[in-house]
Amino acid sequence: MTSPIELRHAKVTLALHPLREPRAAGARPLLLLHGRGERTLARHAGAAEAWPGAILGLDFTGHGASTLPRGGGYTAEILMADADAALAHLGPATLLGRGLGAYVALLLAGARPERVRGAILCDGPGLAGGGPRPTTPSIPWPAERLDGGAPDPFALVDLARDVRPPDYATSFARQASQLSGLERPLSVCSLERPDWLRAVLDEPGVADTTLAEALAHYGNGLR
Amino acid sequence: MPTTPPYPGARAPDRRRDVDAAGLRIAVWEWGDAAAPPLLLAHGGFDFARTFEVFAPLLADGGWRVVSWDQRGHGDSEHAALYNWDADARDALAVLDTIGRDPIPFVGHSKGGSVLMHLADACPHRVSRLVNIDGLPSRQRAPDVAEHERSKLLASELAGWLDHRRQAAGKERKPAATLDELARRRGRMNPRLSIEWLRHLAAIGARRDPDGFRWKLDPTMRFGGFGPWRPEWALQRLPAIAVPMLGFLASVSEPMGWDTTEEILAPHRPANAVFHTVPDTGHFLHIERPREIAEPVLRFLAS
Repeated sequence: MTSPIELRHAKVTLALHPLREPRAAGARPLLLLHGRGERTLARHAGAAEAWPGAILGLDFTGHGASTLPRGGGYTAEILMADADAALAHLGPATLLGRGLGAYVALLLAGARPERVRGAILCDGPGLAGGGPRPTTPSIPWPAERLDGGAPDPFALVDLARDVRPPDYATSFARQASQLSGLERPLSVCSLERPDWLRAVLDEPGVADTTLAEALAHYGNGLR
Repeated sequence: MPTTPPYPGARAPDRRRDVDAAGLRIAVWEWGDAAAPPLLLAHGGFDFARTFEVFAPLLADGGWRVVSWDQRGHGDSEHAALYNWDADARDALAVLDTIGRDPIPFVGHSKGGSVLMHLADACPHRVSRLVNIDGLPSRQRAPDVAEHERSKLLASELAGWLDHRRQAAGKERKPAATLDELARRRGRMNPRLSIEWLRHLAAIGARRDPDGFRWKLDPTMRFGGFGPWRPEWALQRLPAIAVPMLGFLASVSEPMGWDTTEEILAPHRPANAVFHTVPDTGHFLHIERPREIAEPVLRFLAS
């Protein structure tokens, strides 16, 4: 992998990894968003080999080569802003998210409908999050030492608990379909179907498909 | 720093120390005899521990060691990279751990009351009594707007927040030329609080930079926002509170207020809870009416 591009998000420096050069001039970039506790890996780009544009991967806050902040406090919404920092650098892009990254891709597709040109949601760690509603209150504490490097143990506990009500998820899906101008802003390719994702699948503009089909759909002629 | 203008009844904390909360430095402030029985006191969002400079001494003079702290990003505590509910609860527990393991009273205002209610529910073995000052949950208001319209509202909210995050690096709060200007600015959020109090707040809560005075608040924090959390979830948890509980509610709506009413709370009221609506008072009850709040609190803690 070539050396990462450093992006600033408030007090955090994010690592954006270029994984593959574009194959067709003017083709849109594909931004990979990893799952909970993962980091950007070259093999994730291998799964998207057919993509005509450049392929890049973002390490979320507390993961991979990005800053490990002290004291935790992670939310899916902050990771959405991480991914938005990558969009600010790349311009319009298609998103390919795994697990937690798939949920973040949905949020960003709804929040930046004019800049996200399709989001592909795949299996990966953290797809279910903390479930559709809160459970027994507890004060979460990491299982691992805090000085062991990435991923941040606080990211692992905080991001296993973020509540994902189905109607919260669908409000982002609806916004993507109403404001993106795309007939099909979202493509779901995962085998796992947590409550939030099942609700999203019932919305207009969401396809239940394969990764190969989704890559072909967003990569062909959509500029 | 300029000298603090004397405000009637205001008393600086007796002790100040730092607590390490998972690597983050949290400033802890105490009023009262260090050997007196302790209680935990939590401030609200966009406030800081020393906003209790009139209320806390009344509790201290009533025989308590009052322990408060500046929440992350507020007052003299460190600015964090990230903020969320669990992190605030962890910080509160880190402060509580420095006091002891025995259950003690929790007293909180606004968001501080809500964080302590969450802590009381998560760690019932650490709390003996609970006092909540206008930090009781309310109902989600569902504005009666068409779906497409609501989409547009949410869209502008989301885009606005993301734009704010994009500019958050190197962002500073707007400086004020004088403490008086800073006080008047705060007055827009606290329309019911006297200019004398607001000046006092500015004198103890601002820092002097080369280009003027600023609140010590982390500039990346902002009002409002969005997220998956529903206020009614907190309401549903209220009956779980098993310790005696005393709640105060404002009767006058304010920009920073929660607009919770006894009527909203009634179906969720724990058997051990008493709620009082304080007439002609806004969200900052302990600042508007320090004695009228402190006296029943002391009676409740002694009962």
